[in-house]
Amino acid sequence: MAAFKLPKYAAMLVMAVFTLYFLTPLWWLFVASGKKDGQVTEGHSLWPDHFSLGRNLSDLFSYNDGVFLRWMANSIGYTVGAALIGTLLAGMCGYALAKYVFRGRELIFNIVLGGVLVPATALALPLFLMFSKVELANTFWSVFLPSLVNPFGVYLGRIYAAASVPDEILEAARIDGSGEVRSFFTLSVRLMAPAFVTIFLFHFVAVWNNFMLPLIMLGNERLFPVTLGLYSWNTQVNQHPELRALVLVGAFVSLVPMVIAFLSLQRFWRSGLGTGSIK
Amino acid sequence: MSKRHTRAIFFFITPFGVLFALFYLIPILYAIWQSLYTVKRSGTFGPAEDVFGGLVQYRQVFSDGPFWQSVERVLLFGAVQVPIMLGLALFLALLLDSGLVQGRRFFRLVYFLPYAVPGVVAAIMWGYLYSPNLSPFTAVTSNADLLSPSLVLWAMANVVTWVYVGYNMLIIYSALLAVPTEIYEAAKIDGAGAFRTAWSIKIPMVMPAIVLTTVFSIIGTLQLLAEPQVFRSFSSAVSSTYTPNLTVLSTSGIPNFHLAAAFSVVLALATFVLSFSFLKLTQRKGVQ
Repeated sequence: MAAFKLPKYAAMLVMAVFTLYFLTPLWWLFVASGKKDGQVTEGHSLWPDHFSLGRNLSDLFSYNDGVFLRWMANSIGYTVGAALIGTLLAGMCGYALAKYVFRGRELIFNIVLGGVLVPATALALPLFLMFSKVELANTFWSVFLPSLVNPFGVYLGRIYAAASVPDEILEAARIDGSGEVRSFFTLSVRLMAPAFVTIFLFHFVAVWNNFMLPLIMLGNERLFPVTLGLYSWNTQVNQHPELRALVLVGAFVSLVPMVIAFLSLQRFWRSGLGTGSIK
Repeated sequence: MSKRHTRAIFFFITPFGVLFALFYLIPILYAIWQSLYTVKRSGTFGPAEDVFGGLVQYRQVFSDGPFWQSVERVLLFGAVQVPIMLGLALFLALLLDSGLVQGRRFFRLVYFLPYAVPGVVAAIMWGYLYSPNLSPFTAVTSNADLLSPSLVLWAMANVVTWVYVGYNMLIIYSALLAVPTEIYEAAKIDGAGAFRTAWSIKIPMVMPAIVLTTVFSIIGTLQLLAEPQVFRSFSSAVSSTYTPNLTVLSTSGIPNFHLAAAFSVVLALATFVLSFSFLKLTQRKGVQ
């Protein structure tokens, strides 16, 4: 037994070192967002003193007619809307590919899978040109509509549906006279619930983090998601030093919705994340 | 198959299918089409006109030095960063799974947390941490300029690693949890130690997860955009053509959409070929 004691301590030490690696930058951001006027090097740079987070927050929320809150709302609108609808559509498509045999099934699946391998950023420019043609570039829809498509969600949806919705249940529903679509919404959706949450979470993160599409598509500051807004402030720090404090506190605030989503959906992503790679 | 099923299948697939065609397939075709055109002016101040140019833009892509330097740069980045990141992810997943670690739930959550940080925000945050006059880690930043031309690429590699190690670890760890425990019992009876079990049983069992995370990492590397774009504010070493995607962006900003479309097509094709051949290669080696 004594021989096992050392690796245990060593293992915990390794885990602790990586905990520091992952948390220190976030802790610094928290401390820095509480510094007066963005003076991040004043006093202890890793410990809050003269903590003025409250004042920084009210500066942030009132700057330029509250444009930051507008960005947060935009981000939530783009992300939650696109992820909710996109998850349902991808789940439905994956479900059909898993549960029905029909001509062209593998072809459709392979095309969608090819879509997973095409970098989304390669689509941003042609999408901009297309939306410009129909005079919809620089609108909410130009970012929202392309964000609905999630080929990886179809892939996950197919795997999950194959694993969690037994054919016998669908057959029983058919005998009871339930239509296919009704069976999907009353039975299958419930069986696939953890899968839907996982697809949703992936989709949510992808849209929330998306940078190239809004960067190319949007010129109007009022339509920016929060990532693009913070980026544009950060590029102006040299000309407008007062923006540094806002960038830091804004970066900190922008993380809050995502962290809440992660914590509250923990139960699902902890069990669901691996499923896509087992098969 | 009954008629009713055909209608249901249609109902399930069409909404996604239409959007996929509109916002995935058509843009790809549109980019290819646009890349075959070129702008022609009649006289220096005459009106610009789009005319079919065949492969003119591609000739320009292939003779564009900075673009290929940027491709080389991201390939070098990927060749170093991806193995380090995935090696760390695998190591931490095995450690979590080894039974030596207490508080697994806590570590899983903490390691996964950076994944919640958008690339732009992570880059801004680390940019400050690297800046000599702003960083709390003056012992490091006063001895090595992490934003200098020779180091900034690796400074960015650290940002990407910081964000994605936990995410990749979680995918591998979830796959480890799905391995039936009877296999470990058998290995124990055969006298296999912890390292032996990890090497000969666990790693082969989670190979599909490792392949998946590798493909996503390759795609992500070739797409590098947010980190270098943000770092341009912190370091003059990051040019407007530092990565292939930055080239697309700055070319479309000129604006030269036809050339930018050709860059996009070449980049998408390269990404597809690279990740697809990696998948095929690993499949042929007998990985499920």
